[in-house]
Amino acid sequence: MNRIFNPRYISVYATIGVFLLLYISSGLAFPGFFGPEVFFNFFTDNAFLGIIAVGMTFVILTGGIDLSVGSMISLSGMMTATMVEKMGMPPLAVFPLVLLVGCLFGLGMGALIHFYKAPPFIVTLGGMFLARGIGQLISLQAIPIYNPFFTNFIGFGIPLPFGGTLTSLAIIFIVVFLAGLYLAHMTKFGRTVYAIGGSSVSAELMGLPVGRTKLLVYVLSGFCSALGGIVYTMYTSAAYGLAGLGVELDAIAAVVIGGTLITGGVGFVAGTLFGVLILGVIQSFITFQGSLSSWWTRIAIGLLLLGFILLQKLFSRIKVRAKEAPAANPGAVGSQGQARMS
Amino acid sequence: MQRSNVLYALIALGLILVFDFFFTPGFFTLEIKNGHLFGSLVDIVFRASPVMIMAVGMTLVIATKGIDISVGSVAAIAGALAAVLAAKAGAPLWLVVSAPLVLALVFGAWNGIMVALFGIQPIVATLILMVCGRGIAELITDGKVQTFTNPGLEFVGNGFFSGVPFFITVVLLVVLVTWLATRRTALGLFIESVGINARASTVTGLPTKLVTFSVYLATGLCAGLAGLFYSSEIKASDPSNAGLFTELDAILAVVIGGTSMDGGRFFLGGTLVGALVMQSLTTTILTFGVPVEGTLVLKAGVVFAICFLQSKEFRQGLFQLFVRTRKAS
Repeated sequence: MNRIFNPRYISVYATIGVFLLLYISSGLAFPGFFGPEVFFNFFTDNAFLGIIAVGMTFVILTGGIDLSVGSMISLSGMMTATMVEKMGMPPLAVFPLVLLVGCLFGLGMGALIHFYKAPPFIVTLGGMFLARGIGQLISLQAIPIYNPFFTNFIGFGIPLPFGGTLTSLAIIFIVVFLAGLYLAHMTKFGRTVYAIGGSSVSAELMGLPVGRTKLLVYVLSGFCSALGGIVYTMYTSAAYGLAGLGVELDAIAAVVIGGTLITGGVGFVAGTLFGVLILGVIQSFITFQGSLSSWWTRIAIGLLLLGFILLQKLFSRIKVRAKEAPAANPGAVGSQGQARMS
Repeated sequence: MQRSNVLYALIALGLILVFDFFFTPGFFTLEIKNGHLFGSLVDIVFRASPVMIMAVGMTLVIATKGIDISVGSVAAIAGALAAVLAAKAGAPLWLVVSAPLVLALVFGAWNGIMVALFGIQPIVATLILMVCGRGIAELITDGKVQTFTNPGLEFVGNGFFSGVPFFITVVLLVVLVTWLATRRTALGLFIESVGINARASTVTGLPTKLVTFSVYLATGLCAGLAGLFYSSEIKASDPSNAGLFTELDAILAVVIGGTSMDGGRFFLGGTLVGALVMQSLTTTILTFGVPVEGTLVLKAGVVFAICFLQSKEFRQGLFQLFVRTRKAS
């Protein structure tokens, strides 16, 4: 029982609570919203965002940020479309190449951040310009994709017994999510990520491979955003230069709404999943409602962000206060550790 | 050490201008038509002016170790309100100009409260407004691109004052006021002190929260001015595109200008040079007939070059390489 009610899960519970609240109230407002089709569409429609957000969670957990993910969607889409449609390469040979480019892109940015101590915000900003620029250099026109593999792949789906289909894109999202869960909680890499976010210096002193992990985190994010780009290209059946504009903001918002602290060290991949689902519910709500304009999505996301940030602040204040009380006692153990937090 | 960063920006600007001197015919010609100054140089300064004005506010924010990624959205909001007011017949000019600025100040204050009072990390606090700001702007114009004819507001982005575009004068005025306020009073020192160590500043008795709050207020005002310019220049408001990504340009201008993102010392002059570097680079590329998408790649190149130049590790590595090759020969 104590495991479940551990206070560090509070913000994830809050995220799940908000999701349920939004989902149930939308369901009560619109008949048909509770249908399994709508629910599984959250996964299909937000597959690219979810995949990217999983990578972003790791970056933010180390205390970094990756602004290049939105542009990577357009770059990897452009590369996929050009190689498949213009050069006639088989899609299964193209995907590994595109993913490799994504990894290398992340590796380059990670190297700048780790070896040259450049601020992640600026480096990934450069990456954002570079990826979008290369994408637009490849082609300014949108490239539609007619390759039969793509149409077959998107058409594939597992019909579920109680209605709704688990589409291929949703399956990719779920696989990436599960892999993210495994990486974060069951591997040395995941524990090192949390340690770096808590304190990079302490992690270094503990003998953890800080440099390698930092690089790998950006490689992972590059991989996820390239994969997200491929999924997005499949979803829209076309690649275009302005694809994924502003997706980096949505991904960061999903991670923060999911309860991950932007300073790093605290957060869960599972929270990010619900962060993405919350964005999905808001979008579906606005589609169902019909008369509300799409910009209300942005305002709603902003308000949710505000709510969650204030909530996190409140929790951390309570925590600090709770820890300060015993720390006043000279015999208290671990009071040194809290000096950093206050 | 940091002074030299301003020097890098100046050298970069100098290199671009020297390149243009040799390869772009008529780049330095200035002529007077109808009493107005015309020429590539004037054009560069004019094009850079909205980013310059936002970057001035951003310099102060970054000096306090903060960041404001909402300036583009705030500019869109202010521009939207200005256009809607200007489209209404009979709205007095003072209202059309001042109401958006007041609104921008309110949003600046909002950011300031979030950062200074609630102690939320600047990037997250301003992310909220960046995400929903364009939504608010669309709300103001009801999702339309609002056009208007209002000679007063049109003057802001298209008028001329003593021979140069009017908005350049506005930029100069803002820079002058900021310079006087930060370098002729202790305010600049306070800002730097907060950026270097906020806790120590509080302990010394500085009104840390007030200083932090006021830099976000100033940035809000700067964003509002830029918003007026964007709407005025095209005689319409474009909520989803006005000032898109200018927050990134503004941050870049500040960093190129030698102000570190770790806070502390700031260089207003460097920021202006930084904005000019970006704009003259863009103009140069465009005059060479390179397609627009090429500018993005070049911009990325500049960002990475700045990352390398400002990295102590890189400079040490370069220095050691230099020493080693000297020894070898």
